[in-house]
Amino acid sequence: MSLSVDRPPGSEPEHVATIGGSTRFVPGQSHDRITVVNGKVELGRRLKDLWTNRDLLILLTRTELKVKYKNSVLGYVWSMLNPALVLGIYYVIFKVIAKTYQPHFAIWLFCGLLVWNLFNNAAMGSTTVVVGKAGIIKKVAFPRELLALSTVGVAMVLFAIQVVVLAVFLLIFQLVPDWQAMILLPLALVTLIIFTSAVSIFLSAANVYLRDTQHLTEVLLMAWFWGTPIVYPYGQVQSHLANWHLTWLYLANPIAPIAMSFQRAIYGQTSYIASQNNPTHKVTPLLPNVPLTQYAALLGIMFVVSIGLFLASLIVFGRLEGNFAEEL
Amino acid sequence: MSVAIEIRDISKQFRLYNEKHTSLKERVIHGGKMPFTPFWALKNITVDINQGETFGILGRNGCGKSTLLKCVAGIIKPTSGEIRVRGSLAAMLELGAGFQPDLSGRDNIYLNGSLLGLSHSEIEKRFDDIVAFAELEEFIDNQVKFYSSGMYVRLGFAVAVNVEPDVLLVDEVLAVGDANFQRKCLDHVKKFQREGRTIVVVSHGTDTIRQNCNRVMVMNHGQVITVDEPGEGIRVYMADLLGVGTLEGSESGGIEGNVLAIGTVQAEHGGSGSRPHMYAGESLTVTADVDSLAAVPDAMATVAIHDDRNELVFASDPDDPACQMEIPEGGGIVRFFFPEVPLLDGTYSVSVGVRSEKQTAIFDWKDQVTQFEVANPGRTTGRVRLPLDVSFRLRSSGHTGEVPVVSGIPFAPLAGWEESSA
Repeated sequence: MSLSVDRPPGSEPEHVATIGGSTRFVPGQSHDRITVVNGKVELGRRLKDLWTNRDLLILLTRTELKVKYKNSVLGYVWSMLNPALVLGIYYVIFKVIAKTYQPHFAIWLFCGLLVWNLFNNAAMGSTTVVVGKAGIIKKVAFPRELLALSTVGVAMVLFAIQVVVLAVFLLIFQLVPDWQAMILLPLALVTLIIFTSAVSIFLSAANVYLRDTQHLTEVLLMAWFWGTPIVYPYGQVQSHLANWHLTWLYLANPIAPIAMSFQRAIYGQTSYIASQNNPTHKVTPLLPNVPLTQYAALLGIMFVVSIGLFLASLIVFGRLEGNFAEEL
Repeated sequence: MSVAIEIRDISKQFRLYNEKHTSLKERVIHGGKMPFTPFWALKNITVDINQGETFGILGRNGCGKSTLLKCVAGIIKPTSGEIRVRGSLAAMLELGAGFQPDLSGRDNIYLNGSLLGLSHSEIEKRFDDIVAFAELEEFIDNQVKFYSSGMYVRLGFAVAVNVEPDVLLVDEVLAVGDANFQRKCLDHVKKFQREGRTIVVVSHGTDTIRQNCNRVMVMNHGQVITVDEPGEGIRVYMADLLGVGTLEGSESGGIEGNVLAIGTVQAEHGGSGSRPHMYAGESLTVTADVDSLAAVPDAMATVAIHDDRNELVFASDPDDPACQMEIPEGGGIVRFFFPEVPLLDGTYSVSVGVRSEKQTAIFDWKDQVTQFEVANPGRTTGRVRLPLDVSFRLRSSGHTGEVPVVSGIPFAPLAGWEESSA
């Protein structure tokens, strides 16, 4: 829906003039701003609305966090329970049962899960956010994409907490990250956020019309998780993919290069050789041993793709949004 | 005068599905087919709402008035047409919409204020005013879920009015809270009016519209019936839309084999001939044609008036000597004359009967046989227009002379009415 409300921050002086020492409303002063409601979807206006309402986005995110974690330290500790359990389970399975020889396997896992958790939390949260906020949507006009973006905001806060935990892990295990490769991380993170936002906006609107989207999403996300080099290293599937000429398909998943960049920078090793536990003395590849510029190039492509997807999701959302108030 | 809201050819179609498939599974099973009946909630609405005016939208439930308001607010998008709103806009479609029960009153003020378009600093500036207005100083840090419904609504209203929009949309939410708070709300609306802000009120209560609005738009079945001043608009609404303009199933209580029967009954008022409706305070004449087979020496004529809710407004005194008459063979015409009818707007029906003086026999009784319509171009509300005189005198003064300050509404039936309605 095209609904544009230009709200200049601190718009007070615009329509208030001081007459005889008392502040008085003067009609017609702020009337150069016009709100148009019609059936069209105008991308530029939507983007502008998102920007002018950034205060609201922050507030919606904070509200969500407050409601979920009661704004207490223990609440946030509680929020780490789920990722910690997931990490623990994979660690036990791969380290103890499948007996991987990879050193610091927990850190390796953490790097990929960090990325995945942000994407997964936002995508899962967004499927229900519009339906769950039916009360507001039916009664108040505001850019509704903000609801989907607020779930991304919540996921980003949880991401930040996990980064702190990961940093503590690194100190405990005395693992030194590849400082040089760290320059990949800002681009990787921005790409991840934009891509996640696009997916979230799309899912939040889709679930209004097809209420089983949330269940389908759950299943799809599980497949997606195993199609991304998080638990297993890319090095293990690299040769198989090359044999089947499917490397392009595997790397078309934007989460894959993002996760690999995180692993490359934080875990810092592209392969490992034997330890005393590994009698084969074989070099096991983890990540493609290519210059950082190649990682950056792949991320760059994904960045551009994500921007495109984000704009597309806004258009789709705009088309579907018009009937939200009726469908809910 | 500049236009605050331009509504251009707005139409809105809703789809009424026989069976709605809300999941992908169901859609696939049914091959993606979903039969529906189109329903036009709004049909080609075009109206300009001027800046600084209080504009009422009147109509029955389901006439599309709330849909129109939601379109103006931008909550739903019209199927075709365009709406342009000049200046900032706040909609009060439901007070406290968007409150999060788990958050404190304080947090909810920030959230709701932001949803209505205020920045963080703007809310900070108004925070104390909002809390004071809602009278919730002690409870502002309590979770909203522990608020009483009155507190909840007060907080919602306080946030909405303190947004200070150029255009305020209100959907029948003014009747909230206790009497004290209601007055405060009304004061605030009046202040908005004085400040030249535009207010659009949607209601099916005529009193709200009459007291507050400059103009009213009457809607039915998604279409505009009329846009006029409140008095005339309310009359059209009452007459055309509430269906009280047509008499259905009026019973005739004629007793068979009786000597006397009432024929046609007519009601004429002071303005008959020039307009179909009368104004409050005008005279009313009810005439009943009576046929009689024999002379009835002890006839008693009675008349009763019912309002549109079928409640008795007036019935003549059964022992009033003026009602006694002798009706000769062949009959004649009974005339009831009310010099002034102080009823306010509505459609009233007249019942006429003739019985014997000793109440032993009812000769004939025509229940709600005709009707008349009263329009009220003034701003008084209620059922009756009572004569009123207001004066003021000093408590301590030695002399007893009263000093008239406000001369109330003079009860001269027609003084100035014709002009004010023109």
